[in-house]
Amino acid sequence: MDKFRMMFQFLQSNQESFMNGICGIMALASAQMYSAFEFSCPCMPEHNYSYGIGLLVVPPIWFFLLGFVLNNNVSVLAEEWKRPTGRRSKDSTILRYMFCSITQRSLIAPAVWVSVTLMDGKSFLCAFSIDLDIERFGNYSFVRGMSETEKFKLLARIPCKDLFEHQELRVAASRYIKCISQACGWMFLLMMTFTAFLIRAIRPCFTQAAFLKTKYWSHYIDIERKMFDETCKEHAKSFAKVCIHQYFENISGEMQSLHRHHANKDDREEDDRSDEDKLLGIRAQDDMNKVLWNWHTCKPALALRKDQMDDDNEKLNGRINGAVNGLANGHAHNVEKKEWAVYYSKV
Amino acid sequence: MERLKLVLQYFQSNSESISNGICIVLALVSVKLYTSFDFNCPCLPQYNKLYSLGVMVVPPIILFFLGVLINRHTGVMMDEWMRPVGNRSKNPAVVKYLFSAMLQRALLAPMVWILVTLLDGKIFICAFSVSVDPGFLGAPNNTDLDMIRIMAKVPCKEDVIFRNSSFRKAVSRYVRCYSQAVGWSVLLFLIILGALGRLIKPCFDDHAGFLQTRYWSNYLDVEQKLFDETCVLHARDFARKCVVQFFEDMREDTVLRFPHPSVVCNHKEGWEEEEEERLHGVTRQKQMDELLNKWYYSKPELDVTRMAHRPRACVTWEDRHGRTLYSDV
Repeated sequence: MDKFRMMFQFLQSNQESFMNGICGIMALASAQMYSAFEFSCPCMPEHNYSYGIGLLVVPPIWFFLLGFVLNNNVSVLAEEWKRPTGRRSKDSTILRYMFCSITQRSLIAPAVWVSVTLMDGKSFLCAFSIDLDIERFGNYSFVRGMSETEKFKLLARIPCKDLFEHQELRVAASRYIKCISQACGWMFLLMMTFTAFLIRAIRPCFTQAAFLKTKYWSHYIDIERKMFDETCKEHAKSFAKVCIHQYFENISGEMQSLHRHHANKDDREEDDRSDEDKLLGIRAQDDMNKVLWNWHTCKPALALRKDQMDDDNEKLNGRINGAVNGLANGHAHNVEKKEWAVYYSKV
Repeated sequence: MERLKLVLQYFQSNSESISNGICIVLALVSVKLYTSFDFNCPCLPQYNKLYSLGVMVVPPIILFFLGVLINRHTGVMMDEWMRPVGNRSKNPAVVKYLFSAMLQRALLAPMVWILVTLLDGKIFICAFSVSVDPGFLGAPNNTDLDMIRIMAKVPCKEDVIFRNSSFRKAVSRYVRCYSQAVGWSVLLFLIILGALGRLIKPCFDDHAGFLQTRYWSNYLDVEQKLFDETCVLHARDFARKCVVQFFEDMREDTVLRFPHPSVVCNHKEGWEEEEEERLHGVTRQKQMDELLNKWYYSKPELDVTRMAHRPRACVTWEDRHGRTLYSDV
């Protein structure tokens, strides 16, 4: 269990290694699925080819789509693609970069499935046993007397050990097809590796500066989204706290002054507030019942009162705030706000 | 677990040892790949040689490309080679050093594959069983297949013609012995080459220059890593400031601040102030809805100058003679 925990901690340390971890897990899962899958060729001329090639092609498509589903960056990409331009211009190179990196990661598990299937050879044997030329394996006279359909039926039964009587022919034919299948598998691996090599190793010859830029901004978009979610969560928590606090005060009718002059205010935490404070003004059974009842029947509006939030400067700012609030309430959206600050500097 | 952690820490201590570690892992992967690969000799005269040489040559090429890809130094070397001169002069010796280091490391896994195939012998048997002189070992002549075909079938154990004869085993053993001899010779040759290189190099090389090249190539690697890390940290700070600035822009009231002598700047204490800071002035449902709407329809521009360089009041205390006692400026 410890080993798994360490591995998870390491993988989650940053986004890139997390995605690489998912990639690796999917590749292992695809190899494991292949070995657990019980391949059973139908051994009939009409269905062999579709079964064999289907098994080679359909699971990779499935793994590719699963890679897209599991990748967090897909929703970031979609959001960046669809958003209105607004005040921030859109850069298509960033979208292309994100799409390429998602696609590259999603292609690994399908590639693993295809290479494992080709190296194993069973699917090629099932699909292509009909196209064999038996003469090449030896002198088999019984074949010459057969009609075409009978010959096909015989050849189609080669992948099935228990249905085919001439064992040496079967062994020789399956060995031949498996050898071709493995050759295709190695060629496929060579092609994929060579393509990856061209993309990774030769790319710096071309657009390196632009690449650094797109890498930075695509990472930024991802982080900004996370920061926004975090800030919203913190905001919601504070909003809820102040809202509930004000709700209790409304019911109790008392103004709670949480303002304290402490010499060492930094050491002070919420829990140090005395029990008296924590009552929030609710001291009687009736009041508490009212609090609980109203919480269901008449929840408070989602609007925090400003004067509760700066109680010490009530005399100075409270009235001013109230007036300004009244004016600003309806217009805050359209008017460019001015921050007033008086610089008191005696140089 | 502790030992594994120590080993990982040692390997991550510097970039050279990371590359060495990756190189060794790739060599182990190549051995595992060979043992798990189901070698399937076709046992047909025309195809034996082709298949065997294919299996001996294609995987090393793949492993070589993988070794180049996985190595961090490839990126560093290409960057250094392709960059414009700018303010920093280019040193071709550093590029050459990085290239040779990368090449040496990338060649290890292919060499391991080739040696393992030679020492195991299956591939040689498949490729060269046809070339063995059958009279030498006493071939069976009770079948009507011609000799070449029989010899081509030697690598395949299950074939029925070899059931009661030791001919197949004799030929296999003979060819395997050749294969292992070749394998050991190759290994010996490589080791002698390496040893000679190590011993003779100091005679021809300028050691001081070599120390410089090695230092600067390590420096380039570390510099690139630090640049990437700094960019990541910067993006994080940039994002946080941008989001906070966006929230603050949705504040509704103008706030008048008078530094009143009886009220010190932080007059709000305790948890209230923290809560208010986190609220960033957004305190109503409508405001919040609008904020969320605006986040999608009109994302803020990428400019946090206001937030990063917020003006603050500077105070200077002077005594009655005009001497500065304390100043924020």
